[in-house]
Amino acid sequence: MREPEFVTVVREKTVVSDGVVGLVLGHAEGTPLPSWRPGAHIDLVLGDGLVRQYSLCGDPADPSAYRLGVLREPDGRGGSSYVHDSLSTGDRILVRGPRNHFELEDAPSYLFVAGGIGITPLLPMIAEVDAGGARWRLLYGGRTRRSMAFLDVLDRYGDRVLVRPQDGHGLLDLRGFLEEATRDTLVYGCGPEPLLTALEDACGARAREMLRVERFTPREAIHDDRDGMFEVVLAQSGLTLTVGPGQTVLECVEAAGIPVLSSCQEGTCGTCETDVLEGTPDHRDSLLTEDERADGTTMMICVSRCLGERLVLDL
Amino acid sequence: MTSGTTTSSGPGPSVPVLDDDPFSRSFLADPYPRHERMREAGPVIRLSHYGIWASARHEQVFAALTDWRAFSSASGVGLADFRKEKPWRVPSLLLEADPPDHTRVREVMTEVLSSRRVRGLREEFAAAAEALVGDLVERGTFDAVRDLAEVFPLRVFPDALGLPEQGRENLMPYGGMAFNGFGPRNDLFHEAMADAARIQEWINEACRRENLAAGGLGQDIWAFADTGRITPEQAAMLVRSLLSAGIDTTVYAIGNALAALAAHPGQWARVHENPALAKLAFEEAIRFESPVQTFFRTTTRTVDLGGVRIGPGEKILLFLGAANRDPRKWINPHTLDVTRRTAGHVGFGTGIHGCVGQQVARLEGDVVLTALARRAATLTPTAAPEPRPNNTLRGFSSAPIRVEKAAVRSR
Repeated sequence: MREPEFVTVVREKTVVSDGVVGLVLGHAEGTPLPSWRPGAHIDLVLGDGLVRQYSLCGDPADPSAYRLGVLREPDGRGGSSYVHDSLSTGDRILVRGPRNHFELEDAPSYLFVAGGIGITPLLPMIAEVDAGGARWRLLYGGRTRRSMAFLDVLDRYGDRVLVRPQDGHGLLDLRGFLEEATRDTLVYGCGPEPLLTALEDACGARAREMLRVERFTPREAIHDDRDGMFEVVLAQSGLTLTVGPGQTVLECVEAAGIPVLSSCQEGTCGTCETDVLEGTPDHRDSLLTEDERADGTTMMICVSRCLGERLVLDL
Repeated sequence: MTSGTTTSSGPGPSVPVLDDDPFSRSFLADPYPRHERMREAGPVIRLSHYGIWASARHEQVFAALTDWRAFSSASGVGLADFRKEKPWRVPSLLLEADPPDHTRVREVMTEVLSSRRVRGLREEFAAAAEALVGDLVERGTFDAVRDLAEVFPLRVFPDALGLPEQGRENLMPYGGMAFNGFGPRNDLFHEAMADAARIQEWINEACRRENLAAGGLGQDIWAFADTGRITPEQAAMLVRSLLSAGIDTTVYAIGNALAALAAHPGQWARVHENPALAKLAFEEAIRFESPVQTFFRTTTRTVDLGGVRIGPGEKILLFLGAANRDPRKWINPHTLDVTRRTAGHVGFGTGIHGCVGQQVARLEGDVVLTALARRAATLTPTAAPEPRPNNTLRGFSSAPIRVEKAAVRSR
């Protein structure tokens, strides 16, 4: 059985800080939303193959609404700018999930570290931990105070929350903050990659037992790092070609004078599907099923690339 | 009939206004000179006969097809505006829907028609093509439409779907209803709908789970109803989509490809010489003589298309067949060239509503043309192809040809 998938309606859209909008989604049919636990996220299916993950930051006990905080990412492929610029109250959005890779585990004390929009999954955790009476503290960093979302929500927790915008305080003092950790403290961190790496370093040898993190890495950011060169051998034609960064396998094959059929050139129609004889494709199409991807015996050469250094294609 | 071009004035640059009726029999019988006039008049034009917008240029047609947020399908992809008129049938969940509703069912259909599934059909389809084409080539003369294009898809696709044997003669008339149904309520529409109630009843019965054979694409769709990804009502509607979109389109495509190749002996000689070109030839024929000529969209907001401002809620007619012959996009667009790079043609549409069954269509075209390429050295028309008018589809009711049998050669 697949995970839940349902249409929601945007009930509210508000600016919660510089560059962050808050969304409140309700079930389109007015029925209760699937339940979730702190740390969970959902997929917003925005069309054109655009799927974005956002943490739920509202109250798990309220089945009538999902609350999200969405940061505008200027370098993104358009998911966040669509939410910021086009989405409005009353619009319908397909949602998948919720799922949770960042479960809140039981502990007598917690330390939370948030960087920027990484605050979102921590909000419901903090609410639950606080209600349960455990000891906890939050260290919350951001570029500027104005850019930091949900400060009003955190207000009621008083001095358990350390708000440390970078323009006034510099980098977060993680080591100083972690000095409060006792033997059975759990540390939950969410934010940009450099912060999480620094947090792992600061936890040192104890990172494995005490640290729980969630990474916000958009899929295309990973892809960009992997857009390197690789070699393509065309078995039937006996040609060896080099696919450069920013060039597709299809372009390279066509430039070598081999006629291949292609159509959409964005991995959605399946026309350029080509058999892979050797090597591991880096699948970037929207068509192959999980099984077919894992199989690696065919690929859409208009968008997909190579996970190693060499592919042998049946061309 | 004389047709005039005027321009409308108003805010922004003036927009050419043409008084052609793109659904008249004369237009449909000979569209290309009229396409050219529309294309050259401007990137976006007004068609005064219906009070609609239109584009016949590749750049604008492509842009509108890929921008589903501004150019909606949910108000119908024909002339009728579903917000104002009752559609003649329950709207398609795929064709006449926008995200998010469209997304879920489209994903299901993408899985049903996955490349693995379509690859699995090849052996059976190829065998059927070899048998049918083998008999026809032995005959020497045959009708490329009546004896081949109309026969082959009806021989393989209903079986692949798992349809009941009884009543398959309703499939072509149903496709005729669906595709004439996108036009105005003209005589073509009324002729197609003459027996509508009886045909729709057969179609609805055929889509029911208990009437579909095990192992077919129809049951594959129904299996998704068990997982909860679609409802049983949606499953039946999606089977209907395969019935309306999967038969006539391929009949027209194969017929058009054969007629075009018969009219271009030099091109057929290349395909005969190298049957691996068959699939490229089929693709080029879809560009050259596009089976699906037009679809409408409806603007959701004020949009700028080709420098023309169009207000919200406006119908715009996209001429796919004309975009596929736009000289701004194609070199020698009115020439059939089987080795042309056809990427970017909009014969299957493009964007989120791009034909979900296009790999099945390509498979059918490939196996038929490959079988013929191996056996026929030449194709010669023995009479001019007879156009078959339809409000949306372009094709022929008859295209008699003579074939010269190839000398036996090893494969």
